[in-house]
Amino acid sequence: MVLHSIGGFLVHKMRDPVLDNTAWLKTYYYYYCYFLCRFLICGSGDSVKVFSTSTEECVHVLEGHTDQVTGVALNPANHLQVYSCSADGTVRLWDFIDGILIKTFIFGYPILSLYVSEKHAGNFQLLALHLPKVPDQEVEAKDMFAVLCDISPNPGSTAFGQGGEYIASALGLRLNVYFFRKQKTYRFSLKATDKKGAKNAFTCVACHPKDDCIATGHEDGKIRLWRNFNQKKEYTYSTQHWHHNAVSSLCFTPEGMHLLSGGVESVLVQWHCEEVNKKDFLPRLGGAISHIAVSSDGQMYCTSHSDNKINIIHCSFKLSAVIQGLVKGNIWTDLVIDSRTKALVMNGRPGHLQFYSLQQDKQLYSLDIVQQEYIYEEGLDQFEVMKAVFDVRGNWLATVEERGRDSDLEFALKLWGFNESAQSLELNTTITAAHQDRITSMCFSPSTETTMLVTAAKDGQFKVWLLGTDSETQKEQASWSCDFVGSYHGLQPTNCCFSSDGSLLAVSFEEVVTVWSSDTWGLLTTLCQPPGPIRELCFGRLSCSKYLACLHLAVTCFLFDKLLEHVFVFRPSEPRPLFTQKAVCEGKVQRCVFAPRAEPLDSCDERFQWLNRSRLYYLTEKMELLSFSTQTEDERILKSRKQLLVDDSVAVTPFYLLLGKHRRQQEEEDKLNFMTNQVSERTQHPQASVAVKEHVLFFFFLLLKIIVLKIVLFSFIQYGTSLEEEWRDTQSKLLEV
Amino acid sequence: MASFKPTKVYTYPKLGEKVTEDTLYWKNYKAPVQIKEFGAVTKIEFSPVAPHNYVVTASTRIQVYRPQSQEPVQSFTRFRDTAYGGSFRGDGKLVVAGSEEGLIRLFDVGGRVALRQFRGHSKAVHVTSFLSDGYRVVSGSDDLSCRMWDVASGTQLSSYTEHTDYVRAGAASRLNPDLYITGSYDHTVKLFDMRVGGSVMTMQHGHPVESVLLYPSEALLVSAGGRYVKVWDLLKGGQQLVSLKNHHKTVTCACLSTTDNKLLTGSLDRHVKVYNSSYKVVHNFDYATSILSLAVAPDDEVMAVGMTNGVLSVRQKKHTNDKQEVLTKRRRTPAYRVFKGKNYIPKQDDFLVSKPVKQHLQKYDRQLKSFQVSKALDSALETWRRFHNPEVTVAVMIELNRRGTLKNALSGRDEQSLTMLLNFLIKHVTDPRFSRILLMVSDMIIDLYHDVAPQSSIVERLFQRLLELLGREAELQQELLQVLGILDTLFASLAPRQEVSGPAAPPIMLGSQQQAA
Repeated sequence: MVLHSIGGFLVHKMRDPVLDNTAWLKTYYYYYCYFLCRFLICGSGDSVKVFSTSTEECVHVLEGHTDQVTGVALNPANHLQVYSCSADGTVRLWDFIDGILIKTFIFGYPILSLYVSEKHAGNFQLLALHLPKVPDQEVEAKDMFAVLCDISPNPGSTAFGQGGEYIASALGLRLNVYFFRKQKTYRFSLKATDKKGAKNAFTCVACHPKDDCIATGHEDGKIRLWRNFNQKKEYTYSTQHWHHNAVSSLCFTPEGMHLLSGGVESVLVQWHCEEVNKKDFLPRLGGAISHIAVSSDGQMYCTSHSDNKINIIHCSFKLSAVIQGLVKGNIWTDLVIDSRTKALVMNGRPGHLQFYSLQQDKQLYSLDIVQQEYIYEEGLDQFEVMKAVFDVRGNWLATVEERGRDSDLEFALKLWGFNESAQSLELNTTITAAHQDRITSMCFSPSTETTMLVTAAKDGQFKVWLLGTDSETQKEQASWSCDFVGSYHGLQPTNCCFSSDGSLLAVSFEEVVTVWSSDTWGLLTTLCQPPGPIRELCFGRLSCSKYLACLHLAVTCFLFDKLLEHVFVFRPSEPRPLFTQKAVCEGKVQRCVFAPRAEPLDSCDERFQWLNRSRLYYLTEKMELLSFSTQTEDERILKSRKQLLVDDSVAVTPFYLLLGKHRRQQEEEDKLNFMTNQVSERTQHPQASVAVKEHVLFFFFLLLKIIVLKIVLFSFIQYGTSLEEEWRDTQSKLLEV
Repeated sequence: MASFKPTKVYTYPKLGEKVTEDTLYWKNYKAPVQIKEFGAVTKIEFSPVAPHNYVVTASTRIQVYRPQSQEPVQSFTRFRDTAYGGSFRGDGKLVVAGSEEGLIRLFDVGGRVALRQFRGHSKAVHVTSFLSDGYRVVSGSDDLSCRMWDVASGTQLSSYTEHTDYVRAGAASRLNPDLYITGSYDHTVKLFDMRVGGSVMTMQHGHPVESVLLYPSEALLVSAGGRYVKVWDLLKGGQQLVSLKNHHKTVTCACLSTTDNKLLTGSLDRHVKVYNSSYKVVHNFDYATSILSLAVAPDDEVMAVGMTNGVLSVRQKKHTNDKQEVLTKRRRTPAYRVFKGKNYIPKQDDFLVSKPVKQHLQKYDRQLKSFQVSKALDSALETWRRFHNPEVTVAVMIELNRRGTLKNALSGRDEQSLTMLLNFLIKHVTDPRFSRILLMVSDMIIDLYHDVAPQSSIVERLFQRLLELLGREAELQQELLQVLGILDTLFASLAPRQEVSGPAAPPIMLGSQQQAA
């Protein structure tokens, strides 16, 4: 999806890895014996990707669809071609070896699934399921003809059987089988519940390739094998039960020897068709299995998972390759940039942090934080990583994991040190009861002398943790221990922040900001900000950091009315947004982060200078990671994608800054709390002009109105009178200069 | 495919004092040997020559022991009244002792009859010591005088009556035959120089002095009395170096260990404390009754402590060869395991097929892996594991709770396993490390079994005990909270004073300056 905005800007979608429930991450595995190369073709967002199964690399990206790709199928007539269907109402034929679009068929209805049968001589047949009208359409060239009506939108619940003689489809409690030769439909129904309270609704259907047998998966985890279904009355079925939850996908191997099933447990089960009781299991594959595919020669299996992962499994039930995209799931941590790998760090698999390389657009690795066996069971409350903070040099990572609700809250603070020899983060200290209540905020001290962490929690205290060696016994590794416990009138601390040199610590308690000296832990001053509790707190850096010398704390608070999806970029010295982008995506922007660029751009346009040194990445509700790019950059990307693989060797700037998010459940008024001081323009603007303008930072009272949405942007910062005088002094001096 | 992650067993920080090198050193003694004397043991002294026999003064006897034996090798019993202050000459051949009747006797270590008797003191003599030349004896008495005696002639050489109260402590210099130090109940410590003919230095201890001690360098002097132990620097004219208050009753004795010159003090509060070179307490020995005397043999081989109830407690140092004996006793397991091809070195062109490493899991982990929750709890409650690694049992319970299957695992148990479970709970439920999960388990067990508990008398009794235990614990917690409340009010009452003292500070400082002036 490429949007053209007024400013000649392109909104470039970095990756659209996740599909919602109606669409399906359909994977198709294909083994091409003539060229001895193996490919996996899967729909990913609005493109079709071709992966090599041996190297796990993405070989081609077939782009052209304008909406979600919903299905991929190999052309039975030509094994070098692949069909893909999309919600934009088109079916496209591709040559996936060269990555060329051959044909486009336009249907005009959103296509939810695509099935291809080999035996329908010469001409392929397409079965397009259209949700709003619910007809079932078969297409030859441009003619459509409805085979079945009332079809489930789930593509797994329809299947061609035994060389295309019949088609089976399930919806709710009914299984429909349509025979092409007889042109007749048989319907089989199950009762909604039996005596044991089983849920009988169909979830998926698979047809045996050689035999008259249909396997159906059910909501309660049962698998039924139907036979004799070409008669109305004398049909039979046998029941197998292993899954404890709904069977989400079923698949027969090409010879019909085995049946593969998967569900939310993330266990791939291989049933032997001859010996009913014999089963093979492959557990702990990843997220819930959403789809299973088998290669045409039966040598490889492939499972796609809800967490945006594809496993390629050899038929001897050994995992051979893993293709992992940006892990889908709930994101509790802020988006953080690891300064060592320059990877984006956020929640990954349950209990893990994923390190996602933005340059290479792939997951680097996943760090197991919780280190406990994850039980794939619905409704089970398990530990999740809620907070993650890196120190400036990337040597230390602090994480907080939580489980349970208010009454029986369990949480642990973990500190991970970077091991130079192993080149990985290793667990150093686990603190199980760091606070009485939930930790709201934490930050590392940026100073180079001491390694220090501050945590603020809802129990009204903030604690300072220090890394120290045990002096008595030298054998033990350095570990973290509590150094200081601070509180302020029993108020709940909400945020904490260190100044850039680490000498001052600011902790906000509801409406009050307290400033502490990190040497003596004495309370230096308090600043009050009446209009409401403080949501975010940050010290100025780089060009603004000189104001710390005169003890000014740059606390700005931006409140956004986010009715539509807009992104604002501010410069600390100016009250007006530097850049506004409307309707960047569907849904709300959840989080955003600035990441340093590998090589600075030299854009001459003043409006986009802030993009020269860093990139703004933002995450939408649908777990899409998007980014802005300029026209020239976009062209370059299109020219050669390989260029993105160039490793980043630019020195790390202490530069990333997180823009927090905050949402209120007031109708649609979602207020994004934006922290500025992005410093993205640190070199661009001349120092003298900054000095004159800078006062707006401190006496901020602004009202901005933009057409549809009213942005109320106000921030009061009250300083003590002494500070104010001091400020005036400096100001007058600067003016004299 | 990730492998199964085993149950995480938390390692809890060890409670109590930290293990340091000093504690390891001072713990390296065997269990003490108790020797019963006839009365309170007032003085113990080791002979400076090998085999370092020690002389023990108790009641009307002075006995000489060998470090290894528990029977006295020599016993001097010719005292009509209580004997005091038995001490060796520098060559370990003569012993001198004072007594309650004021007589000082001099013995040969080999003989039984006193060689000399020094008469002159009118009251009890508590302190006797040879000077370093070996020909003179110095004594301190309750008649306030210190006297010098000639061993050869048995006559009094000189007498000083400078103290104004009983003289109860004394030490002779080993480097200079003309110097000795006395401590008295008049709160002073005096340094006498025979050449001057009187005291040359007086230090105010502030409490009745019970013991004085010179460091081998003789630059530092230790005095003990009252609850204080003070260290004085003699080279700086008797300047107080440090004042230690680590005992909560009168400190009666002090001595130095020979390695590193660690200071040891014994007190009526039944403790012996060991100080390091910066005078921090590094180790503590507890004894049954109040301590009157204390001595450490050269090389710290033996530590002898005398107590008020007449018990002499002797500790021998452990040696490494003792341990080795124990090790050699243990049978070596037969080396029947032969690994074929273990020493095979692959050639350059060999294609190496790596063998998959099999993950070794504990029994309970294997059962957890296959979701056998009841069995996993059973194997976590195995006798050995339950007694030696309760944290493992608790970790399995935590894991079951996390999986939401703890109730299933606990239910359906027979009397035997329920008894086992309840006994485990009774033992550990009050342990703060485990109490969170174990309270949850107790709650579930009561929910599950309260209907059927009366059927078994054992289970019912255990339920009763658990109830009582929890009741007691609740009372204790309440009391602790009360104490916490008291402390809070104390701190709260202190806090405003601090604020007031801020502006009020200058006058106080002025006052102190005036005082100093």
